Amino acid sequence: MATPMVRAESVHKNFGRNEVLRGIDLEVAPREVMCIIGPSGSGKSTFLRCINHLEKIDAGRLWVDGELVGYRERGGRLHELPDREVCRKRSEIGMVFQSFNLFPHMTALENVVEAPTRVKRETMAVASERGRALLDRVGLGDKLDAHPRQLSGGQQQRVAIARALAMQPKLMLFDEPTSALDPELVGDVLNVMRDLAHEGMTMIVVTHEMGFAREVGDSLVFMDSGAIVEAGSPREVIGNPQQQRTKDFLSKVL
Amino acid sequence: MTEFTADPPVPPGPARQRPEAIRAVPLHHPWRWVAAIVVVLILAGVVDTFITAPDLHWSVVGQWLFDSRILQSCLVTLYLTAIAMIVGVSLGALLAVMRLSANRVMSWVSWLYIWFFRGTPVLVQLFFWWSIAYILPYLSIGIPFTHIAWTASTNALITPLVAAILGLGLNEAAYMAEIVRAGIISVDQGQTEAAHALGMRRSLVMRRIVLPQAMRVIVPPTGNETISMLKTTSLASIVTLHELYFTQSQISLFNYRIVELLIVASVWYLVMSSVLTVFQFYIERHYAQGSVRGLPPTPMQRLRRMLFQFHDRQATPSELLANVAGSRRGWRR
Repeated sequence: MATPMVRAESVHKNFGRNEVLRGIDLEVAPREVMCIIGPSGSGKSTFLRCINHLEKIDAGRLWVDGELVGYRERGGRLHELPDREVCRKRSEIGMVFQSFNLFPHMTALENVVEAPTRVKRETMAVASERGRALLDRVGLGDKLDAHPRQLSGGQQQRVAIARALAMQPKLMLFDEPTSALDPELVGDVLNVMRDLAHEGMTMIVVTHEMGFAREVGDSLVFMDSGAIVEAGSPREVIGNPQQQRTKDFLSKVL
Repeated sequence: MTEFTADPPVPPGPARQRPEAIRAVPLHHPWRWVAAIVVVLILAGVVDTFITAPDLHWSVVGQWLFDSRILQSCLVTLYLTAIAMIVGVSLGALLAVMRLSANRVMSWVSWLYIWFFRGTPVLVQLFFWWSIAYILPYLSIGIPFTHIAWTASTNALITPLVAAILGLGLNEAAYMAEIVRAGIISVDQGQTEAAHALGMRRSLVMRRIVLPQAMRVIVPPTGNETISMLKTTSLASIVTLHELYFTQSQISLFNYRIVELLIVASVWYLVMSSVLTVFQFYIERHYAQGSVRGLPPTPMQRLRRMLFQFHDRQATPSELLANVAGSRRGWRR
């Protein structure tokens, strides 16, 4: 079997005395789309942020593409990776945020070419050619020179997706990408994500969109209070939940 | 695709005739007129008292206003303002970054610096640098554990200009540090996270993402600091620097026309601070790009729009006035 793209083994995380993750075990295969659902405060977003080391885990092990996240194991001990290495690994993982977090002082195209030119040191010509193509692909080919403030929420989120894709990542993390959007604008963003899934991108999506999870997701994880309550194929988990907690949650969101 | 600029949809149904525009008799505000007249009368009285003061010789003001010594000293004042602000801003930015650093020692040293330089009067600091030769007659820089050293007499090194730059610049750095720090903190944490998630390193994030956005918060108070510095340079007279205040006081020592020369100095301080205010407007406008939907129009744009409107569709006088006054509603194009 191929190396899993993401493997978590008993991942723990606490903020002070507050235990946010209490032993997460999961595997995401290459080309798999995993959706994570659960009530707010269940640790879904924190887990996502651990994957690209925006948060440090306190116990357990976490691998991306076979390599430990944030550490190197040598002589039976973990050594923290230098900043340079952490950044190199992050550059291979795309992340899309609930609040878009576009750079407001740059145009859409500048947002997209910033990291390829500054981090990967691509030439402006190469980066902007791919940037244009990406913005075109998310339906914003006519908004290259618009500043984020001039775009609607749905348009901003699609620029954010293009910005993440511009680094040609092997894994995409989506942290509630449609939660801050007007209902009318959600569809455009989900369409872009669906296309991405069909092209074989490995994706972990924290979401409240059950329709998307059922239709596009290969696997579904339900989290509550920092632990995985139930996991399986989306149809099984949504259609025939085994745990009472899952049933309660689904009855409220469906 | 939904656009922000889309007009609200017109409800379907039979077209109805638009009712006649409202032309109401405006409400009168007699007390506004009374208050305005009273204030203008008081102002006129005060101004008249000073202008016609029996022993105030305006001809003396005119005689000295463009005197070469005065003009020269204006240049010294401007020069000192610029250098002190450059020292203040650069050192202040460094102190702000140190203050926010994860390194405790850096943060603590920065705090100490700000505490000390903000907590003592700038006049004391100026005089301290000027008097430093009393305690350190010689200054030397050397390579430790060798005999290679470079030594100079403090008196030769600390000229009035150097003392003024040290006193004003180092003091300003403490204030600028707080301004820059406020700017950096004001940038949303999500910006840093998004940049880190793209693989950008800390220094790159600071340079490309955080500082350009912090500028919007940093620039307006920095403009105020510059204008304030322009006037604070007058304190450099205590270290006998020939700036505007020192020069005018030297002249009045000889001709005893104290008030006239103070007026001369005030005129030039006003002219210079007004010019700086204009610069400030354009710099703020530059850094507002991308953060406000419509930029405030420049005075030229306002003038052009006013003339244009007049030709275009006979604007009412009140609209013209609103444009000249630059009402904020006019920002949205």
